[in-house]
Amino acid sequence: MRLPTRIRAALGSLLLLVLFLAAWQLATLPGHDARSGDPEYAALLGARKSGLPAPAQIAEAAWAQLKSPFHDGGMNDKGIAIQLAWSLGRVLLGFALAALVAVPLGFFVGTSPVVHRALNPYVQLLKPISPLAWMPLALYTIKDSSVSSVFVISICSLWPMLLNTAHGVASVKREWLDVARTLEVSAARKAFLVVLPAAAPTILTGMRISMGIAWLVIVAAEMLVGGTGIGYFVWNEWNNLSLANVIFALLIIGLMGMLLDLGFATLGKLVAYQE
Amino acid sequence: MKPFVSVEQLGKVYPGARGEGPLCVFDAVSFTIHKGEFVCLIGHSGCGKSTILNIVAGLDAATSGRVLVDAAEVRGPSLDRGVVFQHHALLPWLSARKNVAFAVRSRWPRWSEEQVAPHAQKYLDLVHLTGSEQKKPAELSGGMKQRVGIARAFAIQPKMLLLDEPFGALDALTRGLIQDELLQICAATHQTVLMITHDVDEAILLADRILLMSNGPRAGIAEVVKNLLPRGRTRQTIHRDPQYYPLRNHLLDFLVTRSKRYRNGAANGAPRTTPHEPAQEAAQ
Repeated sequence: MRLPTRIRAALGSLLLLVLFLAAWQLATLPGHDARSGDPEYAALLGARKSGLPAPAQIAEAAWAQLKSPFHDGGMNDKGIAIQLAWSLGRVLLGFALAALVAVPLGFFVGTSPVVHRALNPYVQLLKPISPLAWMPLALYTIKDSSVSSVFVISICSLWPMLLNTAHGVASVKREWLDVARTLEVSAARKAFLVVLPAAAPTILTGMRISMGIAWLVIVAAEMLVGGTGIGYFVWNEWNNLSLANVIFALLIIGLMGMLLDLGFATLGKLVAYQE
Repeated sequence: MKPFVSVEQLGKVYPGARGEGPLCVFDAVSFTIHKGEFVCLIGHSGCGKSTILNIVAGLDAATSGRVLVDAAEVRGPSLDRGVVFQHHALLPWLSARKNVAFAVRSRWPRWSEEQVAPHAQKYLDLVHLTGSEQKKPAELSGGMKQRVGIARAFAIQPKMLLLDEPFGALDALTRGLIQDELLQICAATHQTVLMITHDVDEAILLADRILLMSNGPRAGIAEVVKNLLPRGRTRQTIHRDPQYYPLRNHLLDFLVTRSKRYRNGAANGAPRTTPHEPAQEAAQ
């Protein structure tokens, strides 16, 4: 009897995890340094203690962090939940601001081929600029590091949402628009009841891509400007040489990114339709 | 009696592709439809019959000529002219009932939900979709989708109905059922209808008059055939009428051979045969 695909896949995932942890544990075992038979000399070189923390040490660090996620011991000693909240807040704010601009603008661009062509060279020019490259300009004009990182998030979330909204609106089926015309539907009703639902899946895809990029960028932005956030936490723990905490933070970043993506995937399913 | 619809010297020219001259799809198309009349337009693909229907609907613009409906020139789409589209054109994110309700609300914006819902339901019942109102178009069969399209067009109580080959994608059995339903509703509402079809039998069953179009380019209405089979035609009995086969043969002969001849005549600049009513011919 063969187990269902889902169960076999889950068993496979579990097996990979066990193998990975075992290999990691082995690699970080305190080893004998081949270069010297003298244990004291080896200890001096730090050979008895591997540089990378073992899985158990990371679990320990994670437990220490998760025990008091909200503690606030000043500038460089904040709980992981507080740091995460800062990052999440910046991402959501920057993303929302970008959506406020990108969705209406994309709507407009999508309905007019002339506007689309007129704007296209600028979008193509601005889109490949690394969001962090905007940072000096943002810091100079805004003069506030926290607001600057929100701005950088906005800039990087803007393009996928703008392009996808424009594409979704431009590719609304002609016959649906014809139906609206023969029913003498007003412009506003047409926009909200025909074009928006028709383009919604494409717009949501743009939002999902934007959110993915924003979550990638926030870590780098916070490393750059410092102060608060999960990116700053990573940098700070690196300065403390606490690799266990760094690895723990990486896992948290990955988990959060996964949840955000899952959220948008769920939203996307809500507005999806089958032709 | 003044005709309800009057199509006058209609022509459509598309700008030519690279290196080619402009393409005249049809020109000098004129015909009339009286109130309560059911008229079918038959012709080969590419003769521009869908374009003519779209111009009457107001969705497309003619290069020359004009269309009068109820003594007013057509300048754009209107709720007075209900359209049943070739590919149903239902909004896929709305249920069958909401698709119809969307049209009803467009027609009567001030109606409350209590007025809209029963009105939409009435027309869904009319096309025998009772019980499937909550389904999305993707969950409906091709025939059911087209029924929703018909219900949507009738629900706004237009002054006339335009059908663009609505049954083209359906299997023969389903097509027959919906043709019967359409006949019943049209008879009950005295609807004025212009319908495009490929199907000769469908035209004989439904139409009071059949307009035959010659092949494009420069297509035109080559013949106007009056259906001498009396109204009240049904699918079960129509083929027993002695006039059925002569008429059918006449129409088929046109599509197979004569439609080409007219085109060549037009291409040579020869005067086009004036539309006639081959009543005797069909009755023989």
